Amino acid sequence: MTDDISDSSISISIDRDVCIGAGQCALTAPGVFTQDDDGYSELLPGKEDGGGDPLVREAARACPVSAITISEKGVEASRAG
Amino acid sequence: MTKPAVTQSETVDFPQDRTCPYHPPAAYDPLRTTRPLTRVTLYDGRDVWVVTGHSAARELLADPRLSSDRSRDAFPAINARFAAARNRRLTLLGVDDPRHRTQRRMLVPSFTLKRVAALRPRIQETVDRLLDAMEAAGPPAELVSAFALPLPSMVICALLGVPYADHEFFEEQSRRLLRGPTPADTQDARDRMDAYLGELIDAKREQPGDGLLDELIQEQLREEALDRAELVSMATLLLVAGHETTANMISLGTFTLLRHPEQLAELRADPGLMSAAVEELLRFLSIADGLLRVATEDIEVAGSIIRADEGVLFSTSVINRDTTAFPEPDTLDWHRTARHHVAFGFGIHQCLGQNLARAELEIALRTLFERLPGLRLAAPAEKIPFKPGDTIQGMLELPVTW
Repeated sequence: MTDDISDSSISISIDRDVCIGAGQCALTAPGVFTQDDDGYSELLPGKEDGGGDPLVREAARACPVSAITISEKGVEASRAG
Repeated sequence: MTKPAVTQSETVDFPQDRTCPYHPPAAYDPLRTTRPLTRVTLYDGRDVWVVTGHSAARELLADPRLSSDRSRDAFPAINARFAAARNRRLTLLGVDDPRHRTQRRMLVPSFTLKRVAALRPRIQETVDRLLDAMEAAGPPAELVSAFALPLPSMVICALLGVPYADHEFFEEQSRRLLRGPTPADTQDARDRMDAYLGELIDAKREQPGDGLLDELIQEQLREEALDRAELVSMATLLLVAGHETTANMISLGTFTLLRHPEQLAELRADPGLMSAAVEELLRFLSIADGLLRVATEDIEVAGSIIRADEGVLFSTSVINRDTTAFPEPDTLDWHRTARHHVAFGFGIHQCLGQNLARAELEIALRTLFERLPGLRLAAPAEKIPFKPGDTIQGMLELPVTW
């Protein structure tokens, strides 16, 4: 999947009330997402903007419960699903 | 058996047996041309919706208006065995949020990527030990009993804290649960499995061990977040799902690789392709074909309306070969992005053990073909028996030599 939007201006948020701990985000983009000890998805320190990782959108799309939201320049741009 | 004359509006029966163990049944071909959803007829004559398109499947599997609560009167049954099992204590896969969520949260910490990574050395050691024994005794060998079944069985026993010494008992009950000849036989297997795990739980309350069941007893049963019947139901599900599915993927995955020498050679030349290959095999084989739900409200999807109380079935084998998501879907290709397959389901019930399954499959298949480079079938491929269509797909036997 290609995505030619520059990812330098995004912010990622994870809805931990929705997350089911499937680990798909951390499996897909291990440079950005991880799982805490309870299995909840969380961002690696300093990766709130995705760090330019091209797999961020893939990771959001892989989430089975759409718990990951990617916002562009402060506007919610895509809710994966 | 006499069947009514085929009319143009007659729907396809579901499930049906595969004609080739690694392709969807040829009888499902009409479902592949009527995407994203159409109707099928179940064993009891009931018509339900069948979802066959990838995008509609992702949308609907994530839709809270589709219930997994098997105690609902309108919940469809895939066969008589399934119907007979519906009035028992339900957990996880058989309940909706918020109960499902509470129960799943108890288990998730044991199945995270980190926990699975920590299990890898133990999985490798188990694989090595099984292959040592196979090499010492053979060739030939029957790969299901020598390798494909004992590996996941040993791994899930260690994880749960179930004594592997009892494996012949629970593997037999598990087989009857999933493929018993009659509903009564399946019910008997379930009663025996429940009794066995109930006694094991009682024994562990007196003398705790260090498995996941022990944790659940300490943290959930004692706190009354779970009752004994719920814990038994969970334990049965984890034990059965933990070994049957992976065992089938190993046996059918091996058979499929041996029937695709070009792809196998490519994989041997570049072991870095293994995790992509596992993902592609999961998509291609779709061994759990026929996920069930019931609508609790009317749902409009792709120009159709699913009415409240109508059954909805997801044919993963057909969905995972949707050309809009997977070009040339009938070709086994390690270079496609198979990541969005729905072999593990989608939505809140997506397989809890999927990352453990991936690790077991990667290690098992890589090591098997490394250790036995001359591995080949020891019987004509078309003579090797595989499982009927109304259960998890896989090989009944896999005679091999090397």
